[in-house]
Amino acid sequence: MQNIIPYFILIPLIGFLISLVLPKKNESYISVWAFSLVGLQLALATGFIVLWILGGAETLQIKEVILYQNPEYVFQIDFLFDRVTAVYLLVGSILTFLVTLYSRYYLHREAGYKRFFNTTLFFFLGYCLIILSGNLETLFIGWEILGISSFLLISFYRERYLPVKNAVKVFSIYRVADVGIILAMWASHHLWHQNITFYQLNNAELVHEHLNAHSMIGVFISSMFLISAMAKSAQMPFSSWLPRAMEGPTPSSAIFYGSLSVHIGVFLLIRTFPFWEYQSSVRIAIAAVGLVTALIGTGIARVQSSVKSQIAYASLAQIGLIFIEIALGFENLALFHFAGNAFLRTYQLLVSPSVVSYLIREQFYDFEPRRKTIEDSFPTKLQNTLYVLCLKEWNLDSMMYQYLWNPLKKIGSKFNFFNGLRLILSFVLTYGLAIYLYINKENLPSEVTAFLPEIFAGIALILVLKAFTQRRSVRMSWWLIVFNHFWVAMALTINGNYYLKETGIYLVGILIAGIIGAITLQRLFKQEGKITLNRFQGLVENHPKIAFAFFLCSLGITGFPITPTFIGEDLIFTHIREDQLVLASLISLSFILDGLSAIRIYARVFLGPNYRTHSTFSNRYF
Amino acid sequence: MKQHFDEKEVLHELKHYLPAQAPLMDFVHHNTLHAFQHISFHEALHTANEKLGYQVYLSLEEFRKLFDQGRIDEKILLRILEDKKGINASNWKNKLLFGQYDANFEPRVGRLRGLWKKQYGIDLDSLIHPNLFRIVGGFLDQGISIWNFPLENLSFLEAIKKLESNSFSSLFRSKSTKNLLFTTELSIEFLLKKLVGSNSALYEQYLFDQQFAHQGWSGMVSTVEDLPQSLLDSRKISLEELIQFELILEIDSLNYLLGEENWKALENNLIDKLVPFNAEIEPSELMEVLSIWQEAFEWTFYDQVLAGIQFNNPNVFKSQNKSFQGLFCIDDRECSLRRHLESLDPNCETFGTPGFFGVEFFYQPVGGKFLTKLCPAPVTPKYLIKELGDGKEREKDLHFSKHNHNFYTGWIMSQTLGFWSAIKLFVNIFRPGMSPATASSLRHIDKFSNLKIDFDELETQQNHLQVGFKIEEMANRVEALLKSIGLVEHFADIVYVVGHGASSVNNPHYAAYDCGACSGRAGSVNARVVSQMANKPEVRAILKERGINIPETTLFVGALHDTTRDEVVFYDEEITNSIYKQQHESQILTFKTALDNNAKERSRRFESIDTTLDSAEIHDKILLRSVSLFEPRPELNHATNALCLVGKRELSKGLFLDRRSFLNSFDFKVDPEGKYLLNILNAAAPVCGGINLEYYFSRVDQEKLGAGTKLPHNVMGLFGVANGIDGDLRPGLPAQMTEVHDPIRLLLMVEHYPQVVLDTIQKNPATYEWFINEWVVLVAIDPETRKTYLFKKGQFEEYIPLNTQIEVVKDIDKLIESHQENFPVYLFNQA
Repeated sequence: MQNIIPYFILIPLIGFLISLVLPKKNESYISVWAFSLVGLQLALATGFIVLWILGGAETLQIKEVILYQNPEYVFQIDFLFDRVTAVYLLVGSILTFLVTLYSRYYLHREAGYKRFFNTTLFFFLGYCLIILSGNLETLFIGWEILGISSFLLISFYRERYLPVKNAVKVFSIYRVADVGIILAMWASHHLWHQNITFYQLNNAELVHEHLNAHSMIGVFISSMFLISAMAKSAQMPFSSWLPRAMEGPTPSSAIFYGSLSVHIGVFLLIRTFPFWEYQSSVRIAIAAVGLVTALIGTGIARVQSSVKSQIAYASLAQIGLIFIEIALGFENLALFHFAGNAFLRTYQLLVSPSVVSYLIREQFYDFEPRRKTIEDSFPTKLQNTLYVLCLKEWNLDSMMYQYLWNPLKKIGSKFNFFNGLRLILSFVLTYGLAIYLYINKENLPSEVTAFLPEIFAGIALILVLKAFTQRRSVRMSWWLIVFNHFWVAMALTINGNYYLKETGIYLVGILIAGIIGAITLQRLFKQEGKITLNRFQGLVENHPKIAFAFFLCSLGITGFPITPTFIGEDLIFTHIREDQLVLASLISLSFILDGLSAIRIYARVFLGPNYRTHSTFSNRYF
Repeated sequence: MKQHFDEKEVLHELKHYLPAQAPLMDFVHHNTLHAFQHISFHEALHTANEKLGYQVYLSLEEFRKLFDQGRIDEKILLRILEDKKGINASNWKNKLLFGQYDANFEPRVGRLRGLWKKQYGIDLDSLIHPNLFRIVGGFLDQGISIWNFPLENLSFLEAIKKLESNSFSSLFRSKSTKNLLFTTELSIEFLLKKLVGSNSALYEQYLFDQQFAHQGWSGMVSTVEDLPQSLLDSRKISLEELIQFELILEIDSLNYLLGEENWKALENNLIDKLVPFNAEIEPSELMEVLSIWQEAFEWTFYDQVLAGIQFNNPNVFKSQNKSFQGLFCIDDRECSLRRHLESLDPNCETFGTPGFFGVEFFYQPVGGKFLTKLCPAPVTPKYLIKELGDGKEREKDLHFSKHNHNFYTGWIMSQTLGFWSAIKLFVNIFRPGMSPATASSLRHIDKFSNLKIDFDELETQQNHLQVGFKIEEMANRVEALLKSIGLVEHFADIVYVVGHGASSVNNPHYAAYDCGACSGRAGSVNARVVSQMANKPEVRAILKERGINIPETTLFVGALHDTTRDEVVFYDEEITNSIYKQQHESQILTFKTALDNNAKERSRRFESIDTTLDSAEIHDKILLRSVSLFEPRPELNHATNALCLVGKRELSKGLFLDRRSFLNSFDFKVDPEGKYLLNILNAAAPVCGGINLEYYFSRVDQEKLGAGTKLPHNVMGLFGVANGIDGDLRPGLPAQMTEVHDPIRLLLMVEHYPQVVLDTIQKNPATYEWFINEWVVLVAIDPETRKTYLFKKGQFEEYIPLNTQIEVVKDIDKLIESHQENFPVYLFNQA
């Protein structure tokens, strides 16, 4: 029975990999391959689940592959199959199957036909990895895949301004969710002193015993789970990304942002429920987030004048209710609600273009000038206030800028003087100094060494801040990201007494990706002249191969699971002690910004309206 | 240069240039560049390109590719070059084929306002657009939102003022800008002074920059201002209010981004470098090269058509005993159905005329709260036709219900209806069928309902409209209809009057698929009304006096052709006589086979259908296609349209025109002075020319003039579509409708003596403009010699086609199965 489980990963994985090499011109090869693979998954899942239920529906666990091991640390791929997985697997497979079938004709003649199915299968792979994962590390791989595939699906119309802009925006929120998981993993290592599996979480005694000793860490971990879940499931205050994700073809919006992707936060909460079950403060917080979202989300949905944003807000309001159900411990209800909501919103989005003919006909026969609504019973001033707030989405979108990105940009711009040669020189000098300090660590007074990690991490953060905010040189931003990783490595090397080998694992991926990335940029500049980050340049159209190579490098440099850096990141994090919250925060902020900066470079250089055919003033026309 | 800023004039000018597309339910095709129609075609295109940045031709690469594929004829190209360039022809040919031109180009619009970005490094649009669109969208919304814009019966700005005056929250970021809204001096000029400075010569350009940064929304506001009835739930809004509001938002955002003290009006030295918006357009070699390519592309096809008309000698049965006669819309989609009917039954006779059949009125179905206009868009009828009978239950679909967006009802619905959705989706993917979501042509009028067409003195007027027609009024309309198409004798026993409509699902542009002559509705009611008029003995008595003798044995029967599903519904309850019934039965069979064949011919353009299958089998697939949620191309509508032929059917009968021609029947003998011809041209030029040019521009510029691919479209307020939730409205046609279209102008051919045609077109300046400025290419065909005369610079000159031979095909079925692309002109069924 258990042996079947890895196939649920293998099928989408093979499906995705082979879809990459199918001929671009042949629509039916691509679509038939995609829906057969997803169909196979669906059939297998259905059969498996029937047998599993007949066999008593026991929770299944597999320890699969150990990717890295040292005396105090194991990175392994684990799988878990239980009721929650079963529901998510079935709903996910049914919807993906229907939507791939649907898209077969719907996307006919679209320029990105193949890209669409590639990305969909990639997404499906990430989804399956998450729901079948048996530990946080495995879940995190899927989590990252989901983030990147979402970015690609939203920016599907990559020659346009808004899709690309919104894709970056959504990616930035996803990045917050990523770091939530990283920090949760970090804290878990300290809590359990081992790699805990989800299965072990079900052991109430074990959990209880550990949490009693470290209640603060327990709350911290739960909060990280909650923040990740809120970001992925578009709960307040992150909600405004969801309607903005509706930029791709309708079927992809329907399945991913209407249903599957947005319910992943719900999954995370259900999965970690045994962990925070006895932390009443966390349960209250989850319910409160859900309630606020349900109320505000409903309000915003009610004033929307566009179909898709209305469905998006209505959907996230329902997810708010699901959060409450989870907090109350009604797991079955939450699962049922998830399935219903996912199906309903998918279908509503798919038929959303029909709304014109249907509602106009309704209006033609049933028109009443103004129907009374519940709001009419409020005092006028309250009515007006709420209406304006809902119309402006409670300023959620601008708040993200105002309180999150703009302050960062402001700090980054303080370092504008730091350019070109001066930058490289000071990097070489200070890094040399840092190495010197590291070697002579034993001889330094402990008051100095105690602060060195934070100082180095601070330098790292400044570098990446600059990479994130400066608008001129592409290459400078790129190298700054690489430098950032070197400083992070230095900060952690000096912090704990761990092996240089681990630093090596961490940096090797960065170095390879960094150098290849720089070479691809060099090639691009040779052909295009100097490109700046001042606007979207849209060069993917002219240089698809360079764009693809650079995209892979960007993934590599952000610690995406294609290089050892992915493990390295997790690994070096374990060397931050549990009392070093400042250091952990500085480094996790670095990680958020690394990913963002790399994706920003990719988006600005390769995506958006092509600079040759679109002037800066006209780039929002379409 | 103008120094004085005249607000009224600038607003008028702006409104003229903004897209004039009505809300979706009233989608009517029109010339997208109507604002430039007063200048000649190529010059207008150049101007639009330079000023507003529109792409106006295919790209140079596309033209060169067409040339390589042989789809632009080298002989034709040479002839045009010699014509235009004389001895420099070969030099220019080189330019056309190998010239290198810089694609980097910045239109004039946007440059002035772009200085905000250049000077301060800020992006006003990204801050203002999303909020502005949401506010205007919320105000105009026709029924998506559940909680509507709170203050009714006020105009846009008044409503906002009232909202702002009594609220704890504000649409503006600072109090000082909010106060601007309430100043008594509030005017566009007042606000522009703050933003642009005292140089009022710049104001016009600034407003163009600002409004053309979201031409879709501005165009919608402008349309609603001029035609408030185009929204069922009407709104008071004007472009002036929109501009004032946006200017305040700009000041608000500048204050927010830069601080109130830290910015000044745009006056500075950068401005001197700008080319004034209305300055003379410099000649451009690239544009000239493109215009020559364009003509070569057009004449490659036109030449074949004109040659075909001269050589065409169809095998016509000259029997006077017609089996039946059919009146169809001039629509290009009816062109092939008529051909199939004629080939199945050589004794039948078909006619083409605009699909409102000369009867103009408003229509009110039972239970309808509004009136629907059923005639060409520019006409305002004085009559009302009502449906009689009981109201019908309409099917509902809970998925569109507003309850599932609410808190607790949503909670229940998502757990119940949600699972039903999965099943519905499953069913629709594997077995598509009609649903309440389908926009079906048959819903326009119930097959079994009755219409009140007689004038009744006792019935009072409704909405200032006369209910029903008087006998005299009926006779006038039937006479005009029959004389314009030349059907004045040899009436068959049954004359079918076939309107048309379309069915589709998941298609916000559904109205664009219906009959353009009925303002984007199905033509069924008009077909029934005119049939009932023509069947009245009193009407026939009057007609007899006027020279049209309709025998008592002749019966007019209304019908509706669904162009998506290829089905015909006959409103045949009036046939009571058993002999007629028998005849009718056998003709239904003819129609059925013809429709199968028509479906087969259409299927060659559809990737998902194998055209070599049997017609009936293909027809089944076509039916499925029309109700499939996942099919963005239920039919191809007017795509590939290129011709309009006004003349006798014999001219086109043996000519295979590949569904590319509007066909308007006309007999020069019945109308020697061109009296009816004038009416035909008055309708054909704007209607067919409008359709043709909308396809043209939507095809060549899918970003700004067309709506782009429809897959990411999001319906806004039931009146428009946008990409995503923050995008500009996208007027024009989606790419799925235009992708197979060859962008060429309409070739309008009139069968009459050139002198008569010349006299006729000069009678109406509005129609004449289409021809003299070459937005439509006009050719007169001498009815006796069939020589062709091209209208150029105000006169007709003989045109001798370069093609000296047109291929004859034996088997059209084989031809249809051969490939998907456009066919050249062929002859068939020749004597």
